[in-house]
Amino acid sequence: MSDPLFSNKNLKLLTEPLGKSNPITVQVLGICSALAVTAQLKPALVMTLSVIAVLALSNVIISLLRNTIPNRIRIIVQLVIIASLVILVDQILKAFVYDVSKQLSVFVGLIITNCIIMGRLEAFALGNRPWQSFLDGVGNAAGYGWILIVVGFVRELFGSGSIYGYRVIPDSWYMTNGGFYENNGMMILPPMALITVGIIIWIQRSRNRELIEN
Amino acid sequence: MDRNGNIYTFIYAAIMVILVAAILASVAMALKPLQTKNIEIEKKQDILASVNIESTATDAANLYEEKIRKQYVVNSKGEIIEGVDAFNIDLKKERAKPQEGQLLPVFECETETGLKYILPLRGAGLWGPIWGYISIDSDMNTIYGATFDHQGETPGLGAEISTKSFQNAFKGKKLFDQSGGLISVTIKKSGQSAPEEHSVDGISGGTITSKGLEKMLLDDLNSYREFLISKKS
Amino acid sequence: MENLINIFIKSIFIENMVFAYFLGMCSYLAVSKTVKTATGLGIAVIFVLGITVPVDYLLENYVLKEGALIWLSPSYEKVDLSFLSFIMFIAVIASMVQLVEMVVEKFAPVLYTQLGIFLPLIAVNCAILGGSLFMQQKAFLNIGEATVYGLGSGIGWFLAIIGIAAIREKIKYSNVPAPLRGLGITFIITGLMGLAFMGFMGIKL
Repeated sequence: MSDPLFSNKNLKLLTEPLGKSNPITVQVLGICSALAVTAQLKPALVMTLSVIAVLALSNVIISLLRNTIPNRIRIIVQLVIIASLVILVDQILKAFVYDVSKQLSVFVGLIITNCIIMGRLEAFALGNRPWQSFLDGVGNAAGYGWILIVVGFVRELFGSGSIYGYRVIPDSWYMTNGGFYENNGMMILPPMALITVGIIIWIQRSRNRELIEN
Repeated sequence: MDRNGNIYTFIYAAIMVILVAAILASVAMALKPLQTKNIEIEKKQDILASVNIESTATDAANLYEEKIRKQYVVNSKGEIIEGVDAFNIDLKKERAKPQEGQLLPVFECETETGLKYILPLRGAGLWGPIWGYISIDSDMNTIYGATFDHQGETPGLGAEISTKSFQNAFKGKKLFDQSGGLISVTIKKSGQSAPEEHSVDGISGGTITSKGLEKMLLDDLNSYREFLISKKS
Repeated sequence: MENLINIFIKSIFIENMVFAYFLGMCSYLAVSKTVKTATGLGIAVIFVLGITVPVDYLLENYVLKEGALIWLSPSYEKVDLSFLSFIMFIAVIASMVQLVEMVVEKFAPVLYTQLGIFLPLIAVNCAILGGSLFMQQKAFLNIGEATVYGLGSGIGWFLAIIGIAAIREKIKYSNVPAPLRGLGITFIITGLMGLAFMGFMGIKL
């Protein structure tokens, strides 16, 4: 019972979802709400932070309440808690980082139906203590987040020639200025997010062959 | 107490709902002023941007106070309508009305090069609404500046309308032709020829957004037509 | 009328829930192994979207929006409950799914045996909540437009899942590079299908 806060077992909760049990590439959860915000890095980053906050907090809350929740209305209780946290995040974004909240638009609300969150609440928080649940929440959200950030990075770099809004491809390279380079407009279109994720999965699985499906 | 009993479940649900509602309502109330202020500041920044004044979130309110001298509402005949607050007019609602009944806001700004008139615009892009402000010199013909924004145009394509370089291209373009017809400004595709002073270069790949923007300019300027002509003489 | 057709076509092809917004991807990936089950889920989604979007539309316009409660008493003009919309929408969706399940079970037992297992899955399908949130953002003028939008989005989702299921059935016989098998190739195919659907962009009726 008296595990140290960062025992190996606990650390594993945090690191496993980053790789071998990554929610997107391995567990196939929660692709829904977030790929649409990966055309640029900044919204992808804000989305990641929001998901981390919501998932970690809801995991902790459910874990604290786990011995009191009536079994029959379990799902509803979870939904109410997730939805309230998402509303809080939405309100805070609107009040303090208005321009980013505009970019995320309805996708903040869609965190509610992000299957990762419901999945972790059911599978982990209902049966584990708060601190472990917290680590599990942060780990899973981060495992989900790094994919978003990588996709956002690739799409922004090749699609707009910038990173985090800053130009990285020199202006003189562009065709319009007599250079040889042109942004790949297709990277910006939604389907390329899917293809990028497909390629990430490809790379991950060729390095870690035990994940290959038959 | 029995965790699966009806009474327990019922009480649990009731307490949860009350608690959640109380927390959410208080947070929403507490943050509401900040949110409304953000929206207001953004609008002021947009209006200022159309007369080429850069402002930040902190100084927008003061600059607006200082630069925008007058704001009023006209109708499609160009007559001023008293007693309506131009800043808070919901363009979306106005555009849904027939042209005769629309309330058309006008903002006047005093700059170093004289009086400018700022007109708000609203139209449809590819994915959702687009809007903006256009400022016109006191000759009621030359565009002094323009700013556009959008809700969800494709980043890198249609969304380019909100970039400075695209907007700057509108400066100095004319609204009326020699004979006094309102022809606004068109967005030409590469290779297309159009009279220099009535067109700007298009955005590659953003054809539908460009078309929407063109239509928005023409339609909305048409509503202001009488007002523009009356001030011209 | 023209407007309705426009919304309909747009929501099916251009603003397709799967290809343009990646909504409902979880069940899209999980339940697309055979065409038969995909059809069942697809029809259930059309059904539920067609009901929840108009119901949420009424909720939005007569309860939640600023000044929406004015029909109760003019003194409620300033009441703005829109911060509750997420929670209300999800509640409506969850209860509608339950209701639909019960109604279908009672009046169309054959349909129920086909759709039954899919209905509970749908409450957490992001496409459903997404439909309502986009409805709110687009601020439709009347309930007719909202209904058409709901149905159109559902049909778009249906088309997407049928398409991918058919392709996945065939791809079993192809020699896909091992690390790409399963999930990876499904993502890439979805991307390619999405590119094809982008071809509809800009259609205006």
